[in-house]
Amino acid sequence: MDVSVELALTVNGVPVRRRVEPRQSLADFLRYELELTGSHVGCEHGACGACTVRVDGTPVRGCLMLAVQADGSRVETIEGIAASGELADLQRAFAEENALQCGFCTPGMLLTAQEILRRNPRAGDVEIREGLSGNYCRCTGYHAIVQAVLRAGGVREKGQP
Amino acid sequence: MSDTPARITERESYIGRSVVRPQTARLLAGRGVFTDDVTLPRMTHVAFVRSPHAHARIGAIDTAAARALPGVIAVVTGVELARVCDGWVGTLAHFQGMKSAKQHALAIGKAAWQGEPVVAVVAESRAIAEDGVGRVAVEWEPLPAVTEPETALDPATPLIHPELGDNLVFSLELKAGDVEEAFRQADAVYTDTFRMGRHTAVTVEPRTILADFDPAEQQLTVYHAFQAPHMMQDILARHLRLPEHHVRVICRDVGGSFGLKVHIYPDEVAACALAVLLGRPVKFTADRVESFVSDIHARDHRVRAEVAVKRDGTILGMRVDDLTGIGPYSVYPRTSAVEGNQTVRLTPALYRFRHYAARLSVVLQNKTPMCQYRAVGHPVAFAVMEGMVDRVARELGLDPVEVRRRNLVTQDMYPHTTQTGYFFERLSLEECLDSLLELADYRRLCAERDALRARGTYRGLGLCGFVELTTPGPAFYGVGGARISSQDGCTIRFEPSGTLTCMTGVTEQGQGTDTMIAQVVATAVGVPMEHVRVLTGDTMVTPYGGGTWASRGAGIGGEAALLSGKALKENILKVAAAILGGEPMDLDVRRGAVVDADTGEVRLPLAEVGRIAYFRPDTLPKDFQSELTVTRHYVPRHQGFAFTNGIQLSHVEVDMETGFVRLLKHWVVEDCGRIINPRLVDEQLRGAIVQGIGAALWEHCVYDDQGQLRNGTLMDYLVPMAPEIPDIVVGHVETPTAYSEGGFKGAGEAGTAGAPGAVLNAVNDALAPFGARLTAQPITPGDVLTALGKL
Ligand code: FES
Ligand code: FES
Repeated sequence: MDVSVELALTVNGVPVRRRVEPRQSLADFLRYELELTGSHVGCEHGACGACTVRVDGTPVRGCLMLAVQADGSRVETIEGIAASGELADLQRAFAEENALQCGFCTPGMLLTAQEILRRNPRAGDVEIREGLSGNYCRCTGYHAIVQAVLRAGGVREKGQP
Repeated sequence: MSDTPARITERESYIGRSVVRPQTARLLAGRGVFTDDVTLPRMTHVAFVRSPHAHARIGAIDTAAARALPGVIAVVTGVELARVCDGWVGTLAHFQGMKSAKQHALAIGKAAWQGEPVVAVVAESRAIAEDGVGRVAVEWEPLPAVTEPETALDPATPLIHPELGDNLVFSLELKAGDVEEAFRQADAVYTDTFRMGRHTAVTVEPRTILADFDPAEQQLTVYHAFQAPHMMQDILARHLRLPEHHVRVICRDVGGSFGLKVHIYPDEVAACALAVLLGRPVKFTADRVESFVSDIHARDHRVRAEVAVKRDGTILGMRVDDLTGIGPYSVYPRTSAVEGNQTVRLTPALYRFRHYAARLSVVLQNKTPMCQYRAVGHPVAFAVMEGMVDRVARELGLDPVEVRRRNLVTQDMYPHTTQTGYFFERLSLEECLDSLLELADYRRLCAERDALRARGTYRGLGLCGFVELTTPGPAFYGVGGARISSQDGCTIRFEPSGTLTCMTGVTEQGQGTDTMIAQVVATAVGVPMEHVRVLTGDTMVTPYGGGTWASRGAGIGGEAALLSGKALKENILKVAAAILGGEPMDLDVRRGAVVDADTGEVRLPLAEVGRIAYFRPDTLPKDFQSELTVTRHYVPRHQGFAFTNGIQLSHVEVDMETGFVRLLKHWVVEDCGRIINPRLVDEQLRGAIVQGIGAALWEHCVYDDQGQLRNGTLMDYLVPMAPEIPDIVVGHVETPTAYSEGGFKGAGEAGTAGAPGAVLNAVNDALAPFGARLTAQPITPGDVLTALGKL
């Protein structure tokens, strides 16, 4: 009963070709087929944000998208985005503020935070909290995460890398 | 080491410093290794057929269609699995009269809650295993479900386990002083019934286990998202009948735990038993819906409380009756009776009145098993106690702060034993209260609240004091017969380069345990923190220990690390003295170098000590043996728990039209003894407070009268998200315990212990002008409107 379909996309800049089952989610595809385990699966129903990845530049929930829907797209995961240095200031701010405890929600938080700051590096407390409203963290109480995003935004605004 | 300064006069301390956790770099780069990230050759996946009924007899099970599915490797029933896996009973011997039924990895004969695993399907992928689950046919014979604790003991209520004789798991009566007399002398008596709803921990990482059995070596290796690896090793060895040293449990990154990941779950044991049965690795990862019906739930108490007071607010005595429903089994091996036991023992602990009587009844239900979640029993105890204190203040027209002051255990009373036998070495209740009022500018907030009221804006302020039970000693589980280590060890290996590899029995689930241990070890030995590497969570490598729960990491693991570090330093100095030809006592280790103790002059870099000790011992005296790997253990012997304390204040605004509660700000001042890393403590508090706030306002496992969970997804079980959560201001008082050298106590439960009571009191303060009051949580907008008489 082979109902798999062929899929071609770029993942973290590398062309990838695979046969997958149409029912496989993008998150599972990345984690289990490509062994990119940085994006996590916390709920599989779009509520927690742990599975956030970027598809053609936009953050999406990897559990709500099927792998086949990403055919032809440019997918970026935390591994790729972290390696490129794009997140260096946010990562530093997260470490300094202890804006992560277990780190399970963290890749999704970072990608979401990056999007918030891309839209507005001057985002304030309320805007940041609204922006994070789809990302669930059970460990931190959010306070440190908001502080970290504020800190990174402040640095960006001053024009430092 | 060429840049080593010639003279180091100061010993560097990392204790008390907010150093950044080194291991977060990995997590921030997406390079964490959580259990579900681990893949092994020939790995299989298991999914479970779970009972759709809260209570049902299991008839014939037809597995043929599932077995026929390509990719399905095995379909296993409870009876089949029991051949390799023994069942268990979750009782503790020192809880007199406690009973529970035998539980199996897969239900046999009868399912007792909706979600209980009944049949296991093992397949090449998770998706195929789930397909297989859909093809198993079970003949269910539904039985009446017991859902309400209130009627669980009625003669008309069916017995969940007839062999137990009734639905009562455990009951307890406590009596201190002469309560009847206290009530006779009272100017007033107030009575309330509090209902603390069921909720659950909802770690973002679901429960996950990967079991790998090698039949040739009879070796079981288990990767597990868990808090107590040695406990799991012991249990798997005994229930799967393997020699203990043939079981290895590895807990790498764990995505949050909060007590959820410290219990024995039938599906996890089943995955291990299946690995033994099949001789192949078996992975189980709960999906979120499964989590809601199979992770432990928490609380679910009904507490009737009565206080007897004088006109000036002095509490004379108190009666408490706690009824708690725990699902169909007491959870193994910690038991579901500990929560209620702690609730009734903690309730009066802040206050000095001596007359107290409490009753506890722990009863069975056909709902998901309830057990220990962060701050076991605390939030219930303090929401009740502090709710009653606010009631007293309101009824008597007194200031809630004053009523607290009039009743608190005072500084001159220590050491102090509470009404229920808890021993307080020294707490800082008054100091924390004073400090909180100042930190929050409480009087100004009160004035602002009063002024706004006149303009139709209803704000409220709610205080909730708490004590926190941390660093449990051997009397906690050991005497009850649970094989849960109350001691922990720390091994430090001095490497030839002069760096340290440190192995500890306490574990890391995000608290920053490894950073905390590194800070202590670096300070004790005298090396830069970057020279210390900490390893946790591997039973084959780390010294035997209890893991991280009940806020025992710093108090027990931290103390063991301190003792081990000091011992290693002594041994380093012996080697250095042998090399240099002097006396160890004239030397010291500072910033990674052996120095002259008096002048600070650098005598030897540690790398040189390592080189000579390991590679050129021929240059040392013939009878000298260096000992550069050191282990020390610690068990808290002198007190049952290292109690900590603190107080919280919640500031809310209630919309009287919609019933919505908006959190404005939250403060906490707490005292966890000597602080190792202030930032880590702050964040423990904040995270814990948000869990308490969740319980107070949103989180609720809602069941119907058939025992069906009605909100088993994150779409309709509400967890706090960033926009609802206020800023949380944290202040500290430090009262180190004198019973250990480090003086460390725990900090993990404090936030959850006090937050629900603070929020409840704040909402009631806002409702006060309308004469409305709530005593149940979560506080929904509907409840608020009902209390206001608008619904
Ligand atoms: S796993 Fe995708 S949103 Fe939770
Ligand atoms: S850090 Fe653990 S869930 Fe966010």
